[in-house]
Amino acid sequence: MVDNEPGVLARVIGLFSGRGYNIDSLTVSETEHEAHVSRITIVTSGTSNVIEQIKAQLERMVPVHSVADLTVQGNAIERELALIKVTGKGEKRMESLRLADAFRARVIDATTESFVFELTGKTSKVDQFISLMQPLGLVEVSRTGIAAISRGPEGMKI
Amino acid sequence: MAGRSDEQMTGAEIILKALADQGVEHIFGYPGGAVLPIYDEIFQQEKVKHILVRHEQGATHAAEGYARSTGKPGVVLVTSGPGATNAVTGLTDALMDSIPLVCITGQVPTHLIGNDAFQECDTVGITRPCTKHNYLVKNVNDLARILHEAFYVATTGRPGPVVVDVPKDVQFAKGTYIGPGNIQHKTYRPRIKPDQNVVRAAVDLIASAKRPIFYTGGGVINSGPGASKLLREFVKMTGFPLTSTLMGLGAFPAGDKHWLGMLGMHGTYEANMAMHGCDVMINIGARFDDRITGRVDAFSPHSRKIHVDIDPSSVNKNVPVDLPVIGDCAHVLEDMIRVWKARQHQVDKPALAQWWKQIDQWRSRDSLKYKPRKDVIMPQYAIERLYALTRGKDVYITTEVGQHQMWAAQFFKFEEPNRLMTSGGLGTMGYGLPATIGVQMAHPKSLVVDIAGDASVLMTMQEMSTAVQYRLPVKIFILNNQYMGMVRQWQQLLHGNRLSESYSEALPDFVKLAEAYGAVGMRAEKPAELDDAIKAMIEINRPVIFDCRVASLANCFPMIPSGKAHNEMLLGEDVPDAEIEKAIGAEGKVLV
Repeated sequence: MVDNEPGVLARVIGLFSGRGYNIDSLTVSETEHEAHVSRITIVTSGTSNVIEQIKAQLERMVPVHSVADLTVQGNAIERELALIKVTGKGEKRMESLRLADAFRARVIDATTESFVFELTGKTSKVDQFISLMQPLGLVEVSRTGIAAISRGPEGMKI
Repeated sequence: MAGRSDEQMTGAEIILKALADQGVEHIFGYPGGAVLPIYDEIFQQEKVKHILVRHEQGATHAAEGYARSTGKPGVVLVTSGPGATNAVTGLTDALMDSIPLVCITGQVPTHLIGNDAFQECDTVGITRPCTKHNYLVKNVNDLARILHEAFYVATTGRPGPVVVDVPKDVQFAKGTYIGPGNIQHKTYRPRIKPDQNVVRAAVDLIASAKRPIFYTGGGVINSGPGASKLLREFVKMTGFPLTSTLMGLGAFPAGDKHWLGMLGMHGTYEANMAMHGCDVMINIGARFDDRITGRVDAFSPHSRKIHVDIDPSSVNKNVPVDLPVIGDCAHVLEDMIRVWKARQHQVDKPALAQWWKQIDQWRSRDSLKYKPRKDVIMPQYAIERLYALTRGKDVYITTEVGQHQMWAAQFFKFEEPNRLMTSGGLGTMGYGLPATIGVQMAHPKSLVVDIAGDASVLMTMQEMSTAVQYRLPVKIFILNNQYMGMVRQWQQLLHGNRLSESYSEALPDFVKLAEAYGAVGMRAEKPAELDDAIKAMIEINRPVIFDCRVASLANCFPMIPSGKAHNEMLLGEDVPDAEIEKAIGAEGKVLV
């Protein structure tokens, strides 16, 4: 949780690049408009020491309210949204639609030769859907990266 | 009516008012187009004295010297573009050494930001990774709050530099001033007081030690003079040996029998061997820097480690520790002493006596010894004489970076905190001369000496002009060996003695150079004339450049070669050249 002020994302990203940490995915959006608080969800990898260090480095940044390691806390929910454009005709087109139905993807745009599917789910599910679309005329993918939240009644402290 | 808190004034007025309300007496700066409104305000007031430097880097180092020698934040004022980029080295230096600075930079007017305007640069972008925090002020009504916040952020927790970038239109605009009293930062709450359970556990561990050592650092000095007093008290109570990093010198008196000297790459044999062999290490305000640890996986392998630090990100960063204590050194030491007394702890006297016996054996190696010479001044001798001849004086020392810096740390015995100003983390050549300006400004009656090298000092030599302008009687004591000595030493160790570009060709005549600046130039070439020359230098109440010609090929020992452990030190004169050449293995070569 960070103050939604100019440059705060650059600070966080700069910390990762400057200290040689990896960012696998990153999502950011204001979550509390009145309090000017944004939530940044970062997927990173490293040994437990490295993760502890990343956490400590983030916590000491002036505009950072709090840092939670959802992986260590366990029991977190992760979701990703993907928009997937597929072109094709005939049987391939029908197959892509059937698979979309099986994955509970929604058609949010259609032409006579294309679909745009909207799919939400775990990263592995999105990955799988995309790989299935590959031979059916996959054109373009846009993914949000992971948004995550802990289960249960407790909220993250600001 | 109580004081009005909603006074309307221009941005430039707000800046000067905020500085005055923060108790700022001196600012170091250089004018330019984007800060002219602020300079106009400086002209029209008397509370804040401006010191005009000759280069913005000089302003930052002067402010660092000021801050380090007083414990107060140093304040810098520079213009946009090149003014800001020139300040970057000093800001980074202050970040690495945890020095509180507030640097106000001018910026092009808001509507021109992003247009590649004249003298525009992305100051907050450039300084983001080299400051503790930075601000771009887009609304004059935020200016007073941001300035007070900047002082708060710079000085609390682990101190550091803060940049406040103020566009020129914001300096002209009228807005509301608020005083420093009503500022509370939204998120920034550094932890000052330690967890008492952790303190108790740490004290129990300390009491159980058989081969203990205190390893202290700059955090003790940043914590204020009280922390040094408490440290002395705790050492006296326990009788434990103590070593310190470069940044921590002076927190504990070098004349005390518990003092083992500095540790690390050029630390003493006894300090490093004691670190290697200890069973309980009590790190107070140091950060296991690579200059200290040597090879990390062989660093003090059999000890349990307590780490007192105000910055949780320092814990377990380089070296895993058993007991981190997060808090300000003075608070932690106070609590430790209280708990020690309350629990009536006693040290293990026989074990400690045995440990001291071992340490005294290491000490008897006399790792700092060097071969004195009659025909030429040894650099170590020059510092020993400078130290001896300044006894009884109120002395502040700054240094540049290199061999002379290490010799200063080894041979100048610091007894009090805030007396050594040096660039530890960043290792900035050219730090020392401008730093003397800040120190002398804060301590006009004291003797301020920059122990310099001939190469470093030329990097910021222009600040002699500042010293002369403000009649600051700083003493620039150059150990002139006509080499970038530390570079050469490493070339000898690592690169087959091929001295690539490390000879100082075409050095200026430092005596004439001093005179050209309107300062006093002096020179000593033989050991026999050194004492009189130093005495004369001390007596002169004007800025002096002292060209001390020293042995050109002397090297700095003892040394832990890179990639080696504490118990693999090279000890000065016993080492034949052949051994020096193969001292660093292939793995060590890639390290710095």
